[in-house]
Parts: sequence; structure tokens; C-alpha cells
Amino acid sequence: MLNKKRDWRSTLRQSLVPLLFIVIIALAIPLSGFSSAHLIGEILARFARDTFLAVSLIIPILAGMGINFAISLGAMAAQIGIIITQNFHIGGIGGMLLSALIGLPIAILLGWFAGSVMNKAKGREMISSMILAFLISGIYQFIVLYIMGGLIPIQNKDILLSRGYGIKNSITLEIKGALDNLWSIKFKIPGIMRPLSIPVVTFIVIALACVFVVWFKKTKIGHDMKAVGQSQRVADSAGMKVDKIRLQSIIISTVMAMLGQLIYLQNIGTMNTYNGTDQTSLFAAAALLIGGASVASATIPNALIGVILFHLMFIVMPNAGKNFTGNPAIGEYFRSFISYGVVALALVMHAYSRKKAAEEERKALHHQKAKEKLENGEAKA
Amino acid sequence: MALLEARNVGKDFSGNVVLKDISFSLEAGKVLGLCGENGAGKSTLMNIIFGMPVIHETGGYEGEIVIDGEVVHFKNTSDALEAGIGMVHQEFSLIPGFTAAENVMINREPTKSNVISQITRQKKLEHVDTKAMLDSSQESVDKLEIELDARTLVGELPVGYKQFLEIAREINKENVKLLILDEPTAVLTESEAELLLTAMRKLSAEGISIIFISHRLREVMDVCDQIVVMRDGLIVADKAKKDITIPEIATLMTGRNVDMEVQSDAEVEAYMPKGDVILEIKDLFVDMPGEAIDGVDLTVHEGEIFGIAGLAGQGKLGIPNGIMGIYPTLGKIIFQGKEVPLNNPKAAQEMGISFVSEDRRGVGLLLDEPISWNICFNAMQIQDVGLKKFLFFKIRDEKKMTEISQRYIDELKIKCTGPDQLVRNLSGGNQQKVCLAKAFCMHPKLLLVSEPTRGIDVGAKELVLEALKKYNRDNGTTIIIVSSELEELRSIAGRIAVVDEGEIAAVLPATESSAKFGLLMSGEKLEESAS
Repeated sequence: MLNKKRDWRSTLRQSLVPLLFIVIIALAIPLSGFSSAHLIGEILARFARDTFLAVSLIIPILAGMGINFAISLGAMAAQIGIIITQNFHIGGIGGMLLSALIGLPIAILLGWFAGSVMNKAKGREMISSMILAFLISGIYQFIVLYIMGGLIPIQNKDILLSRGYGIKNSITLEIKGALDNLWSIKFKIPGIMRPLSIPVVTFIVIALACVFVVWFKKTKIGHDMKAVGQSQRVADSAGMKVDKIRLQSIIISTVMAMLGQLIYLQNIGTMNTYNGTDQTSLFAAAALLIGGASVASATIPNALIGVILFHLMFIVMPNAGKNFTGNPAIGEYFRSFISYGVVALALVMHAYSRKKAAEEERKALHHQKAKEKLENGEAKA
Repeated sequence: MALLEARNVGKDFSGNVVLKDISFSLEAGKVLGLCGENGAGKSTLMNIIFGMPVIHETGGYEGEIVIDGEVVHFKNTSDALEAGIGMVHQEFSLIPGFTAAENVMINREPTKSNVISQITRQKKLEHVDTKAMLDSSQESVDKLEIELDARTLVGELPVGYKQFLEIAREINKENVKLLILDEPTAVLTESEAELLLTAMRKLSAEGISIIFISHRLREVMDVCDQIVVMRDGLIVADKAKKDITIPEIATLMTGRNVDMEVQSDAEVEAYMPKGDVILEIKDLFVDMPGEAIDGVDLTVHEGEIFGIAGLAGQGKLGIPNGIMGIYPTLGKIIFQGKEVPLNNPKAAQEMGISFVSEDRRGVGLLLDEPISWNICFNAMQIQDVGLKKFLFFKIRDEKKMTEISQRYIDELKIKCTGPDQLVRNLSGGNQQKVCLAKAFCMHPKLLLVSEPTRGIDVGAKELVLEALKKYNRDNGTTIIIVSSELEELRSIAGRIAVVDEGEIAAVLPATESSAKFGLLMSGEKLEESAS
């Protein structure tokens, strides 16, 4: 009975964040004045755009390394791949695949680097990965700003800065819609001018990523990662190569993030060369956490639900804020406030629930011992 | 032929000899009981047999270990596992979020190939075969004759079952010939322990040899065919069960060459309780890792020196740390008629309780600060000692601090260049004296001293104990002293409480025989052994 009660409470605690956001959104939707058709269209587009990135965060969490803020590294690898294919004017699905092919070794290399650094900073993986992303971003910017068009020849004048070297800050991509438009179903909803389009291939790719994660968890190496994530000491004493397993989880995550960024960019159609990766990890992390994940456990449903909730909020908040206060800046402010806020909230709640669990364990011990004593006393009497 | 034989095994850690000339042999299918106090060398011996890397890293060992007639040189635990040795350590190596089956088969999971693993030819990408894993682990669990569904999450299991799982994991490995069980019954209730002993008998009947380390002598007598007693790195007895009794083992374990004199009756009398009750502890629970206390009642009188004895890991350190609120605590502590707020070190100190921690270099001292700072530190925080008013602030009064420190340096004969010397540069004994001075400086009504002589040389030991006695005599301060060295306690305290498995086994006068103390530390009840 007591157990059941505790189960019910812990389930509630786990789904507290998603519930909170459902309430916020339910209040904000009427305020925003958007029609449901508009919202559905926007959500479909953003779901296709962002889900893959959120999914790429799951495997390091499985391996006990928390949120891998270094997925920005994978995003940078994708952008380098795109710049190179853009240089040869290769668009469409071919350009997409070539970009992935070029991005792959770079992502593996960067993932290996990030994983090695995180192995040196055990217990502080999240902050290390965050700072690492800033560092690599500096190196990436140096390469793109000075080396490209200089040491690395770039023939495509459209993407080059007018001074002759360095890539332009904003590039219109030739792979725009490469995946989305491969096969999309369009249908009309009454009351809306533009027909809705469902990017089927993109959704299939996202589904494949989800299947991959589920499949991966069942393999020997996925099982090992789970063991390492739960207790490095036990995994080590069972003869597992803990550091190698952790490294692999980061590499897989970085490569997936590289693919995720490609999907993201082909959907948007323009690339922000220098700042495009800054918030990749933050938004993906916020989405995952809003979906009910914690830094110690994350599932596919967490990612899917989270992306929908987070972006729904993203769409409604500015307008709701504007209509509510009469000031458009307020809505914009809410957006970034909430995305950082939710990460902080999730971290605090995680720490809190761990403390709570330890306390409950202690109390249970106290009760058990007291009960034993009582029974012994009765037996003697 | 013996399954395991140790020939003249010795081991030192950078000159500090912990094992000398150890020789014994163990037949296949027999159970060997290994007894000894903490620090007797049991763990080091087992680490050698199990090939723990720490042995190899610290320069290996002398002598030979022979298994099945072959001399072996294990460099790491995998070598030992391959040779058929399994070990269950004192702390659990289980993953709470995994099922029993997953834990039993950890890193030895049976796998099934799938399309991708066949294409890539990567064994790592094969699926874990949950069904086969469940069957195999259930078989091992059933062998131990306990009722446990291998699908249960380990986190939801009672502690006792976890111990069985650890053993199930070891016997699940093929070719296991020798099991080393380090204090497996320490966390079990009596009925669970009985089950474990039954399981051990069954395993030995199947031809598996077992080395059983336990401080519960009754269990050792119950299940073992052969009993080895160690003391100070030597084997002091190696006998068949029928040739030895429990009181004999207890005496062999504790009866060391007495280097400290036990007090005379009159001296003990001086430290016996006379005054009013000063401290009353009711149902104290302390969650100190490795030294947990589960429900302790204790009464200490004004002016006495009260000793707390017990083996390492039984919880004696939990008592002072709990009173001070350093680790999470439940229960009731009444000091001079007032309740001490739990988990609040500041409040405890304000009420006049001071603590000399066993963790001298961690909790006890600010190593990179001068002696004067260290001595005045707590008194300054709690009682504003060594502070002077300056406008609206309180600032440090260096002159006053130096003065106070100099007094204690003279009183306790701290060997140093002066109050300005950094504590890091002092010897262990003198650091301990600084810790004492720090506590004395608060003028406590109750002084808790934890392991005051750990890691300091014999001469300094006596000075530290003498200083405590003198402080008690001069100021009438009540002192509770915790130590793993029984002889040391018997040389200073009036009454001594023995802590066993997180509870107080008994409170005895220091004049009681060492055999009696030894029995209590070994989990024996006094009425039983008397009969």
C-alpha cells in the first residue's frame, strides 16, 4: 500500500514538468489568438526540423553522462559539410548525402575529442561539454572565417565574403527542402489559405532514428552503456572498459547531431554560418527536459512530447505576451527566459528527487529496525 | 592435493610489514574460516589471492600462492577469475536499476546475432538474449535455495537478498573452484545468515572451496572445517574445527602483546560515573557511510571518561559524528536536560560539545594555515574568541590568538617553531595535539574524541592520552573517546561500550577481561558464551 502510494507520487514528480508546460500552453493559446490550423501547420514543420537533434541527446544520458551539450560539435561538422557541397553547387538529396559523408569523419573526430575531455572530467560532464562547445566554436569560426577561401580554396563566389576569403554570414542553401520535398503529402484544411504539407521522408528518417535508439539499447553495447550509466564502479569491476564505452556514447551522439543539423538546415533553407550552432544544444536539451526527461533518464516519448510542447510554447509565447502586455518584446523575452529556465528547473528537480529518495531510504530503514525491535520485544514477553 | 596453498607469503607497503610468513592450505570442497581483528592482515591476504591490482602496483608479494599444484602470479583480477577464483567483497557490486538476472550475468550476457551484427561482424552489436540470461541466472539463484525471481529489480530487493545475488553471480561463472566471502553475513539478519550458511554447505558439498571471513565467531564455528586466526600480520592458529573453541578464538584475536598498561581498579574507579546524567541518547540513527548507527541508546554521566569500542565498519564512528550532526541523523539527543538540534554542528557546539574528528587532515585541520588560526578557529566561529570590535565589524585579534595558542603549545608540548608555523609541516602526533587544543579552546562541557591515536607513533600516543586524562581531571570535563584499539580504551576510560553492527552490544567496566570484549566485538552475546 505504502509502495503504491510512493509509486504514484514518483510518477507525478516525473511528469510534473510536462504537466506544467501543458498548463502554460493551454493558458497561452487563447491569448495568442492563433487558429488551430495555423498551430498544427507550424508544429508539423518544427517537429520535422528539431526532433532528430533532441533524439541525439538520449544515448549519452543512457551512459550516465547527462546532457551532452557538445552536440553543437556535430552541428558544426554538418555545417562544414554543407559549405563544401554548396561550393560544388550540389543540391537536392545528393547534396544532402554528400554533406553527411563529409560531416561524418569530422563528427567522429570531434565526438572522440569531446568524449576524451569528458572522461577526464568525470562527474562534471555537462558543464565540461558546454564549455567545450564554446572552445570548438571558436576554432570553427576561425576556419570558416579565415581558412576557407584562403588555404581551403572556395570557387563558389556566392558563399564567399566580398573580401575574397571567409564564408558569408548567411547562406541560402541549395539543399533547401532536399528531404522534406522528396515526398510530401499536401492537404487542405478549411479555414486556412495555404495547404498543409507533411514531409513524409523526414518523418521516416526521424522514425528510423527512434528505432535505432530503441534497438541500440537492446544490443550488448547498449546494455553495457546502461550498466556504466548506473554505476561506473560496478561496471569496472565486471571488467567493462568504462572510459571506452562512455567515449562511444558521445561519438554516436555527435554523429546523430550532425545528421540532425542537416535535417534542421534543409528545412529552414538558410544557414547562419557563425551563430547557427550556438543554441542547438540548448534548445534540444530544453525540449527533451520539457518532455519529462531528467539528466539521468530519457526516452523516445520524452523527446517526441518535449519537442511538441517546447515548440508550441515557442510559437505561442511571443504573440500571447504581446496581446497580454501590449509589448512585443515581452514575448521574446519569455521565450529565452523559459528555455533557460526549464534547464535550470530540470537540474534542480533532479537534485531534489535524488535527495528525497535518499531520505526515504533512510526513513524506511528506521521503520524496519524499529519494527524488528518491537517484534523481538513482543516475542520475549 | 590441496586446492589452494600459501607458502611463506609476506607483504609490505613501502617498508610497513602487514603480512609475515603466511602458510596454510585448503582442500577442495572445504570451508576455511578466517578470523582476526581489523588490521590483522586478512584483507591484504585475500587481495593477494584474488590478484587485486593494488598488490601488484605496490611491489608484489613474497612467497608463493599455489593453486591446483601450480604456482600462480596474478597481475589482476581477471587472471584470478580465469583460474576459477570468485570473490564477494564487503560492499555490494550490484546495479540497483538492473534486474537480478542482469546483475548475475553482468558483462557475460548471452547474445543473439541479428542482421546488423552479421553484416558488421561486431559481437558488440548482437542483441542481449534476455531469455537465456534469465534461465541461467535463475538456475544459479535456485542453487542457493532462496526464493527470488530473477526478473526483480535489485533496487527493490531487501539487503539480504543482495548478498545472495553477489554469490549467485560468482557461482554462475563457469569453472569456479574457490569462493572468497568477505563478511557476507554482516548485513544479514539472523535467519538470512542461517540460509547463507546452508547455501555455503551445499556449495562445498559440490566441491567448491570457500574462504569465509566473518567476525561472527559462532557462524565461523558453525560452517567451517578449518579455522585460521590472524593477528598483526601473522597466523596465530590454524586448526580443525574440533580442536578450537569460540572463547579461544576470541582470546587469540585480541590478546596482543600488551604495550599499554591496563589501569588498576582504583584508577578505573576515578573515571567511573559519579555525577548527574549529562548526555542521554535515545534511538539514534546515523547515516554515515560505512559506519552507520541503527538505533542506539546511551547514557553518559558528568565527569566520566566513556569509551566506545568496536571493529571498523560496525558504526562506532557514527556515534560522535551523529551527535555533532556531521552526518544525517534521526533520534533524540538530550544534553544537560536540553534537546540538541539534529544535523546542526553549530548548535551542538554552542551548547558546549566539542569534537576531535577521526578525519584529522580532512575535517580536523586547516593544513595550510598557521597553528594559531587552527587552535582558535572553532572558538572564533562559535564564541567570538580572538575577535575584537572595529567600528561595526569584528576583526581578528592576532595578538590575542597568538597568546592563546602559545599557552596551548606550552601546555600540550606541541613541537613547533611557534604559533605561526603551518600545520601541514607538523608531525602527525603534533597535528593531533593541535586538534585537541582546538577543542580545549572552546572550553567544552562534553568532549568527543574520535580515534585520537590513529596514525601517530607510540610516544605521541601516550602524550595525547595523558593530555586527555589531565584535562578531565583538571576541568571535570566529560569525555567520550572512540577508538579501534581496545587496549588504549582500557588504559583511559572507566566504562566502555562495545558497538557491533550499528548497535550497542554491551557497556562494561574497563576492568573486564579482554576475552569478553573480544567476544562482544565478534557478535556473541555474553549470556550464551558464559554457558
